[in-house]
Amino acid sequence: MFFPISNTHINPIYLVIVGFIIGILGGFFGVGGSFIAGPALRLMGVDWNYAVGTDLAHIVGKSIVAARQHRTLGNVDLKLGLFMAIGTIAGAECGAQLIQVLKRAGNVNSVVSYVAISVYFSISAFMLWESQKTLRSDKRRWHSVAKAAGSKTDRSAFGPVTRAIQRLKISPMITLPTSGIRISLWTILLVAFIGGLFSGFLGGGAGYIRMPSMVYVLGVPTHLAVGTDLFEIVISASYGTISHAIKGNVDILIALVMHTGAVIGAQIGAVATQYFTGPKIRLAFVPLPLIGAAIVIYTLVTGHKL
Amino acid sequence: MKKQATKSLRAFAIELVIYSVLVTVYFFLVLHLLGEWLYHLEAQHRYLYAVVALLLIAGQAVALDAVTTLLFRLLRGRWR
Repeated sequence: MFFPISNTHINPIYLVIVGFIIGILGGFFGVGGSFIAGPALRLMGVDWNYAVGTDLAHIVGKSIVAARQHRTLGNVDLKLGLFMAIGTIAGAECGAQLIQVLKRAGNVNSVVSYVAISVYFSISAFMLWESQKTLRSDKRRWHSVAKAAGSKTDRSAFGPVTRAIQRLKISPMITLPTSGIRISLWTILLVAFIGGLFSGFLGGGAGYIRMPSMVYVLGVPTHLAVGTDLFEIVISASYGTISHAIKGNVDILIALVMHTGAVIGAQIGAVATQYFTGPKIRLAFVPLPLIGAAIVIYTLVTGHKL
Repeated sequence: MKKQATKSLRAFAIELVIYSVLVTVYFFLVLHLLGEWLYHLEAQHRYLYAVVALLLIAGQAVALDAVTTLLFRLLRGRWR
């Protein structure tokens, strides 16, 4: 199939399958999946700028479906998602500016690559440690696990730090009944800003940073963090799509074809979260940032950008 | 339990087949017709193209979500 906007020939079945895989990951983990979509489009000869912009447009569609599914399951905190979106957009703009500064300094590729590798490995290592520790302690108290399996509240070995952050009384304090927490607005905005900063700096939606931050820093239950992150991605990725489309980086026809596969995948992923407890979802999340790190290392070693 | 799983898998497989047919028709009708228009829009009116692109992907998300939900509901009812 010929896509005239990006001037490329791609088999639509390939796009549907890629969309399906990303849909499952997005629905289950609340991530955009740009670490797979970008390289997958590059493999088919799509220029890097089109791969980034088109992926963002596809993320909007996929996140709408997954967020709707999570909303039906009661996993979306709309109030938190709206506050997060403000911080994310501001952070993404700052991240993009930071890239421009590094471009002028002439060392953008190496700095971004090394920062990305450190961040990806740190997230994976931390989540592996935390989820295993929580699962081990839950095993010792198997009664509480049996009770918690169907509920949305979940335990974390990082809980004491999270509660200390929630106790910081910096006005205005916000009550989030859906997530069951009361926290300073500034903490929410800071978490969202950092996620946005990485999104603008490293590319993609940065769900691999935002979802864990919502769980560990804000204390949002994992299921709600996944759903709320998807709702937040709809807003921030829409902003990114408009921005990239104006710059001529979006082939919407490719995004529409990919999205047909993502619809089914996102629904399967969202429904599957019901059958796993929070720590198990967090443990399954561990390989995702490592895939991102592997792609960056490949780029550094071979000099080819996937 | 096993019987239930087989029924769910069968319903999912049928849904996938119906969905594939619908998507193929969609490719040939909608995308083929829209392709040329979107190509010119992208080249000549970038701002309008940006808005149309966002509306298209959001509209498709809502429409396909409704189609798959309806298919799931129909097939689950039929195989129950």
